[in-house]
Amino acid sequence: MLVIKDLTKIFYRGTSNENTALNNINLTVNEGDFITIVGSNGAGKSTLLNSIAGVFPVEKGKILLNGKDITCQTEYKCAKNIGRVFQDPLSGTSPEMTIEQNLSLAISKSNNLSLKWGLTSYKRKIIKKHLKKIDLGLEDRLTTKVKLLSGGQRQALTLLMATVADPGLLLLDEHTAALDPATAIKIKKLTAELINENNITTLMVTHNMEDAIKMGNRLIMMDDGQIIYDITGKNKDNLTIEKLLKMFENKHGSKFNNDRILLSV
Amino acid sequence: MNLSFALTSLEQGLAFALMALGVFITFRILDFADLTVDGSLPLGAAVSARLITAGVNPFFSLAAALFAGGLAGTITGFLNTKLKIAPLLSGILTMTSLYSINLRVMGRPNIPLISRETIFSITEDWGLAYPWNNIILLAALIIAAKLILDAFLNTQLGFALRATGDNPQMIRSMGISTNSMKMLGLIISNSFVALSGALVGQYQGFADVNMGIGTIVAGLASVIIGEVLIGEHSIVVTTLGVIVGSILYRFSISIALNLGLAASDLKLLTAIIVVIFLSTPRLKKILR
Repeated sequence: MLVIKDLTKIFYRGTSNENTALNNINLTVNEGDFITIVGSNGAGKSTLLNSIAGVFPVEKGKILLNGKDITCQTEYKCAKNIGRVFQDPLSGTSPEMTIEQNLSLAISKSNNLSLKWGLTSYKRKIIKKHLKKIDLGLEDRLTTKVKLLSGGQRQALTLLMATVADPGLLLLDEHTAALDPATAIKIKKLTAELINENNITTLMVTHNMEDAIKMGNRLIMMDDGQIIYDITGKNKDNLTIEKLLKMFENKHGSKFNNDRILLSV
Repeated sequence: MNLSFALTSLEQGLAFALMALGVFITFRILDFADLTVDGSLPLGAAVSARLITAGVNPFFSLAAALFAGGLAGTITGFLNTKLKIAPLLSGILTMTSLYSINLRVMGRPNIPLISRETIFSITEDWGLAYPWNNIILLAALIIAAKLILDAFLNTQLGFALRATGDNPQMIRSMGISTNSMKMLGLIISNSFVALSGALVGQYQGFADVNMGIGTIVAGLASVIIGEVLIGEHSIVVTTLGVIVGSILYRFSISIALNLGLAASDLKLLTAIIVVIFLSTPRLKKILR
């Protein structure tokens, strides 16, 4: 459903800082895949997600979503079919607006904006139903401004908003990295639930090797702008952190250099 | 301070309230410091006055002013979203060019409307005696505009506009173009400001090319006075606060004049008031 062909992204092209962030990436993501992406610092993980989301134009290659070429579209056009959650829990919600107003925007995402009321009693019912799923008691705080919520609550809300309109694709960019460990565990659990429930095709960048192995059905390791491993099925089930680090050293010729990953092992 | 002074302040406050609502839309909702208003206020007055002297119905001239203001907002929006000129500079460029355009529209720097038919003289003819004709007409117009704005800000499109100023990244993630939202906000805001300019022109009995100087600061003062008085609430209450803020601002100006302050010192006073209010949160933090 998501096909990436010969994708190349070069930052600061033609300057002394030229940096090939993505080097001829080829990847076919099947419907319902939940892919975890790991890699050293600067491997191109976030650049890959940003390219898919249309944040910046790419130098070469094609990105096809459900057969439709979405390469180099602007971010907001791509976003119609893509849900995104970022590392910063503040980036996915509008702080001055209430919980129900935020969710209202997310629910009407697939429709064109109109002069219909943003909130109706029917819509409130749907919003409550969705909020009950994330089990944080937010269904009783519909008119609370989002800025009054904790980081974990905001990230849970963002996750719900990203999945509620049933996107074709969900992009998660280290979305639990800025949360405290207990909250991070809750959000990961919620992530798995929401993805399974709606069978959403997902790409998740993480620095946590354990999560990368435990979550999802497929693991991709990136290094220096390329995909160096693509592990599925039984091979993934049998993975351990040690094996994964060993595999990286074999290919790369030196030790894994993601400091955050090493600290979290 | 006698009654006629209070009435004049009330009338002025109402006539300028739409301008304050316009500033509220850009400054607070869109988080876009739009200086176009210093040009779109006299633009509204100029269009309205020119049409009235040409024999057009004064009420229709209000609609024309509204439309002209929308055009001014479109220009600023184009400069910012398409040509990527910074918000502040986009507004300044439109404001500056509007000075020439306003002179063109009027054909001279000042159009007196004293002996002409205006919306106020028409309502007086309907049998409403001064000052009620002015106050009822202005209040009705302002309340209608406020209710329409409130309703709009609670539609799906209105939600998107509000979130654009609050968190543009989130709005893009929702598949909405932040550029279109900025454009929309600027158009609505400057339409309001130009309509306000038309009301002010007809109320004071002339349109003048220099009447826009300091509009943004007066608008900000009104918005801030409303916020300080009313605090954080729903949109319906907040927009009411802006209107009340506009009236209180004109009252305080009247009081200052009554106390013997020279009219030429008013802009300095207003600027100082805005600085004090804007810096209050920061000063509180430092003093704590």
